[in-house]
Amino acid sequence: MEVLLFGIAKDIVGKSEIRFSETDELPGSVGDLKRLLTASYPEFGKLSSLAVAVNSEYATDAVFLTKDDEIAIIPPVSGG
Amino acid sequence: MNHERYIRQTILDGFGSEAQRKLSLAKVLVVGAGGLGVPVLTYLNAMGVGTLGIVDNDVVALTNLQRQVLYSENDIGLPKVVVAIEKLEQQNSETTLIGHTTYLSRENVFDILADYDMVVDASDNFPTRYLINDACVILKKPFVYGALHSFEGQVSVFNYKGGPTYRCIFPTMPQADEVPDCNANGVLGIIPGIIGNFQALEVVKMITGVGEVLSGKLLLFDGLSQNSRKIKFPLIPENLNIKELNPSYDFDCSIEESSISSEAFLNLLQTNTIQVIDVRTPKEFKRVHLEGAHNIPLGIIDESIEKIVFDEPIYMICQSGIRSKKAISKLRKIRPNATFINVNGGMNNLNFQSVGK
Repeated sequence: MEVLLFGIAKDIVGKSEIRFSETDELPGSVGDLKRLLTASYPEFGKLSSLAVAVNSEYATDAVFLTKDDEIAIIPPVSGG
Repeated sequence: MNHERYIRQTILDGFGSEAQRKLSLAKVLVVGAGGLGVPVLTYLNAMGVGTLGIVDNDVVALTNLQRQVLYSENDIGLPKVVVAIEKLEQQNSETTLIGHTTYLSRENVFDILADYDMVVDASDNFPTRYLINDACVILKKPFVYGALHSFEGQVSVFNYKGGPTYRCIFPTMPQADEVPDCNANGVLGIIPGIIGNFQALEVVKMITGVGEVLSGKLLLFDGLSQNSRKIKFPLIPENLNIKELNPSYDFDCSIEESSISSEAFLNLLQTNTIQVIDVRTPKEFKRVHLEGAHNIPLGIIDESIEKIVFDEPIYMICQSGIRSKKAISKLRKIRPNATFINVNGGMNNLNFQSVGK
């Protein structure tokens, strides 16, 4: 499972992707992944709008995740 | 219209003089004449868009020059709208250029947008972006969104022919301290040039009907890797039902909470698992409440903080939206860094046929 980080998410984690290996316990859903991220990086808890895409499609918290999924964490960005 | 001038694009198969004629008749409003607005304006003006409106209330600053390539050193201190119009007139004297030397606000947005076919969001802050979205939904005008963060950018076309809106992907406006802007965070000079040009391209496609408009897709561009990817996202139909603007789009630091409209809140409930605290009395709560809401009456809320997850956004609701505000101001004193969001209008504004369980 590969999690790509954009915008402030990349800044919070300090890298542009997180890889879960076969042996890691994988988040079962988008909601689980958000909770996992917030537990590891509390600053995620501050973001009120955080879009998540699974395999390039927007995903709600209820969407299930599998080990081959590519996930993108897309916070809003404001700069112009 | 001088036909010779545009011959390099009118000889293109699939573009031609008909597309050029459409450009010449189009009226496009560009909100922001900064990093994104400059490339948008420069190319749309060069390509022959007939009428360009420019909204900006800033003056040119030295720190703008690394990315806002329309401006020169001797423009520092002058209003961007004035300088931009002067330079764009030299570039293409056929364009009708209309300056709006103001910031877009709740009060002026309908008047300013009225005469234009479409809007380009080249602004640099969330309040303006949400204001543009809501006003464009109400007026049924499409808008081209572009936004930047460091080495990255986002582009999409929202509200195009009944398609998804900004709120379909980012339902609520972030608070002032959540996401830094370019001034705080920095931006590599060329990134707004790239993203702004993508926005201009979408404008040209919408006007002429050439190609496929980037509607229902969010383009993510990363300048460091040259990777672009498109994220598909669906329309949440309620987001087209905005009938009036929010009472405020300001980051208001004196009222220490952000708020969400009942429509946006309903959308969020349907698509996300969120923490909802209902501060009405147990009796009111028993009569009717939202599925998953936790009942912590206002009177005891400051003694019940162990029931609240402060790491997650906290959506506060009551019957009309007043007690929930009071609850936020109480909790804010205990947990100043938590994210509190007041549900405007409370339970009174929610339609229970769609959410009551």
